[in-house]
Amino acid sequence: MNIFDYLRPATVSEAVAAASEPGSAYLAAGTNLLDLMKGGITRPRRLIDINHLPGLDRIEHLPGGGVRIGALVRNSDLAHDSDLTRRFPAVAEAILSGASAQLRNAATVGGNLLQRTRCSYFYDVASACNKREAGAGCEARGGDTRLHAVLGWSESCIATHPSDFCVPLVAFDAVVEIEGATGRREVPLESFHRLPGDAPERESVLEPGELIVSVRLPAEAAAFSAHARYLKVRERTSYAFAVVSAAAALRIEEATILEARIALGGVALKPWRTRTAEEMLAGARPDLAAFRRAAEAALADAKPSGDNAFKIELARRIVTRALVLAAAGTPERVPALPASPFAPVPGVLLHA
Amino acid sequence: MPEIVLTQASAHLRHGSNIGQPLTRRDGVLKVTGAARFAADNHPPGMLYAVLAVSSIARGRVTFLDLQAAKAHPGVVEVMTPANKPLLAEDPDAKTNPFIFRLDVLQNDHVRYANQPIAVVIAETLEAATEGATLLFPRYETEAVRIGLEAGESFIPPGVGIGNPAETHQGDVEAGLAVASRRIDATYETAAQYHNAMEPHAIVAAWDGDSLSIDMPSQGLAMALGRVAGLFGIPPESIHIRSPFLGGGFGSKGLISGPQVLGIMAARLVGRPVKLVLRREQMFGPVGHRAPTRQTVRMGSDSDGALTAIDHHTKTASSTFDDFFEPASDISHTLYASPAISTSHEAVRLDTGTPLFMRAPGEATGSIALESAIDEMAEACGMDPLAFRLKNYAEVEPISGKPFSSKALRDCYAQGAERFGWARRPLASRQMRDDAGLLVGWGMGTATFPALMFQGQARAVVRNDGTGIVETGAHDMGQGASTALAQIAADGLGLDLDQVEFRSGTSDLPDAGIAGGSSHTATAGMAIHSAGADVIARLADLATGDERSPLFGAGNAGVIARRGRLFRRDDESRSESYAEILARAGLAEIEGRGNSAADPAAQSSYAMHAHGAVFAEVKIDPELGQIRATRLVGAFAAGRVINPRLVRSQYYGGMIWGISFALHEHAVMDPRSGRPMNPNLGEYHVPVNADVPSLEAILVEEHDSYVNALGIKGVGEIGITGTAGAVANAVWHATGIRIRQFPITLDRLIEPTP
Repeated sequence: MNIFDYLRPATVSEAVAAASEPGSAYLAAGTNLLDLMKGGITRPRRLIDINHLPGLDRIEHLPGGGVRIGALVRNSDLAHDSDLTRRFPAVAEAILSGASAQLRNAATVGGNLLQRTRCSYFYDVASACNKREAGAGCEARGGDTRLHAVLGWSESCIATHPSDFCVPLVAFDAVVEIEGATGRREVPLESFHRLPGDAPERESVLEPGELIVSVRLPAEAAAFSAHARYLKVRERTSYAFAVVSAAAALRIEEATILEARIALGGVALKPWRTRTAEEMLAGARPDLAAFRRAAEAALADAKPSGDNAFKIELARRIVTRALVLAAAGTPERVPALPASPFAPVPGVLLHA
Repeated sequence: MPEIVLTQASAHLRHGSNIGQPLTRRDGVLKVTGAARFAADNHPPGMLYAVLAVSSIARGRVTFLDLQAAKAHPGVVEVMTPANKPLLAEDPDAKTNPFIFRLDVLQNDHVRYANQPIAVVIAETLEAATEGATLLFPRYETEAVRIGLEAGESFIPPGVGIGNPAETHQGDVEAGLAVASRRIDATYETAAQYHNAMEPHAIVAAWDGDSLSIDMPSQGLAMALGRVAGLFGIPPESIHIRSPFLGGGFGSKGLISGPQVLGIMAARLVGRPVKLVLRREQMFGPVGHRAPTRQTVRMGSDSDGALTAIDHHTKTASSTFDDFFEPASDISHTLYASPAISTSHEAVRLDTGTPLFMRAPGEATGSIALESAIDEMAEACGMDPLAFRLKNYAEVEPISGKPFSSKALRDCYAQGAERFGWARRPLASRQMRDDAGLLVGWGMGTATFPALMFQGQARAVVRNDGTGIVETGAHDMGQGASTALAQIAADGLGLDLDQVEFRSGTSDLPDAGIAGGSSHTATAGMAIHSAGADVIARLADLATGDERSPLFGAGNAGVIARRGRLFRRDDESRSESYAEILARAGLAEIEGRGNSAADPAAQSSYAMHAHGAVFAEVKIDPELGQIRATRLVGAFAAGRVINPRLVRSQYYGGMIWGISFALHEHAVMDPRSGRPMNPNLGEYHVPVNADVPSLEAILVEEHDSYVNALGIKGVGEIGITGTAGAVANAVWHATGIRIRQFPITLDRLIEPTP
């Protein structure tokens, strides 16, 4: 194995100072990073182990009604936090639809945001990849592209962001709290990940050394709790990344949508918020025709990056279905197959 | 006491009482506690770690390796390349028989597929060897690759599988199609698959002068012994191979692989024991795979639904340097009656590793096409798929006209259909929905696999303490061979299971034949059975010829061996224990030998196959296309069942593989580079638990007096056949969309809304 330094700082500021050295990487659960290192995809010169930093593993329910989720909170702990599940059910459903139980027990909130794409050309070190090496080229273009991006891609990169968790988060205006050498700053999750443009090697707005310390969900997000779902289509029933996924949330009063939130996963290099579609639904009646119009609008700018045109139609259908599910109401408990089209929904005919 | 005690009286009729019992695996506790020592768990003193450097190109030449950088890395001891590799006694590119496959063991700088070994780095630690391999940064001279069935020039292979003719014709297919009132002509494609046993190929090799000690998983110890002896020019007696446990094989461990040979060479080079374990991604190249196929099936039937012709043509691929041709069309030889059957194969050569035997090689690939085509033909005739299959039930083997040695397929159809509820199936597609509105489809397929036997030997001993030993170099791949064979061994010696020590899994034991072709229980089991009978016969000779024995003079009446005693067949009041017989003869033990082989006379007279019927339910989201096989029922008849628990487990495993074949498994190859792009278990999908919510296997009773004396057929591979087609047919029944490219992925079910 490559020789690297391993540091275990005691405080956030020590961590930030240590990670400001070039070639540093933060290590939390390592569920993605260690695979990347073993495969030679990344070769950090120093690992800054943040697992023991104090105070980053808490779920704080804030006085105003928001919630602050520490960067080291494990996926499973978050998904099984009863307050979170009750107030932000789509977030819990999204987490539980990801990875496997073993991975969720280890993987962290901060790591989820920063996980790398699953583009196979990124993992195949013999392929040119602009993400791995700026300016090297993109061999995914013209290769096996069935599952690549249909929104926001560029000639430099057609990869997608694989997170489930981030999809409802971006729909709910989550804010990323970041600690850096010059102090703390906040970035809306929607602006946190960068689209590839001509610099796909820059994946987020984080500056060298900056550390995600928490993610905050605003109080307003809880207003959707009665009508919030996450839906994920995948190529096996569990333990697979989304082909396309969607979070949909509605505030409904007197059979009228007051406000809608829609975000897509698996379609772009970031979790994809669709404000135009959301705005179309405000004031509309929650019916199939309105949902289809919104879905159409959500994908208006989509274009295939290869042999993946089906994902655009699939995404429309998923947005529509997620909205139907949201309108039908959040189930009392997260279904046994979270976010799955096969999740049993007693008494609701979804597939008429 | 009642006058008749059935359990005692029935012993007259039964050879023993271990066969047929659903024992749990005897090595189960060792495995779940981690005490079972697999090959890579061995660490002889002074052992070094070897790591392969593999090619990232699929065709060309290695022009440079940065040996200096690799050797300079702390801990690296040596880098083995074509320049310094130990010389072999045999050319690894020589092909002396169809079971010898060409190996890539650094014989030159040529690259003929991606992930081919190009160097071996040997170091004090795994980490140092891994980094050393990275530091080689090879440079290549690259040539254009040939990937995909359209690449290269097509030709008719000299043979398919192991020595089957590439073409077989029975009757006049064109005439049969001409007179047919209904016809189909459909082309199906199957993807390349890689075995991916849980345990990667591994070896720990240690030389002591010209003696060689090897720990490695093997499905064929005797063949491995011969191959290693030949390659290294040493007598087989100087080689000892241990393979007590395998973490799965599926055919990829039937022959010693190139990387394992490299482990032995590395140990030779450095003069210390060496361990070499493949990384998961390195399994996608040098250790075999199932080749892709494109199969065209033409069928015709008369107005009553009786087939008039079957034409099954397969295009497949082998490597550029060796021959293995997936015999997919051959499945059409045996299943459905037709006055005319034609099967044929063509192939191209691709820049991939050589394809090899992968669980049900040919049968699995061919079955999904044939069973889909039968379903399409039934649909064309407006017939229920089961009724159509019964209409075309083969009373004799269609291609040969031979009677079957046994064939309880009708019972399989009946019991499976009953359990599944097939009678309630609507004929037309897209008729069923569940409560949530998901599309529901039911499909079926016929399963079949030949009942094969190889040659095997065993040794059995009864000791003067009344216990027994049975030895044969059998292979437990996880299927439970060491349990089932011990059951046969105990019955063969007339002892209880705990009185018999069963030894297997090392190369110094008698050759048990390869654990492949679903033949291991039959081959090793018959050798064990014969060895047991040999010992009993010797004991009986001692007793019946000795006037001091209560069995004296029973030679004509015969004896029965049971629970450590010989009983006079016509008078059970006269008996003697093994211990008494041996003591009187002054013997510490008595040994017998047994051989097994297929009976050529029976083989020439009978067609021998296991059969089954698989019924599948799928649910599909009508808009989103996601598919799930929600219910499977298989009913299989495979002769005598030695251990119903293990047999059921084999059927389950096969059926799950069938789901995988139909819905999940495929190696994605980049057409430009020839590199596999999903060489990991995250992206190379096989079913997870949630994909298999309900699975049932029914063991249908079948007695076969011809396959072998024990009546055993094989169960290891048949479960895939039938199942994959059943799932595919259920997808059609659910949606009305016939997908002919496997695996069926959801994008094919997403059609843009107008």
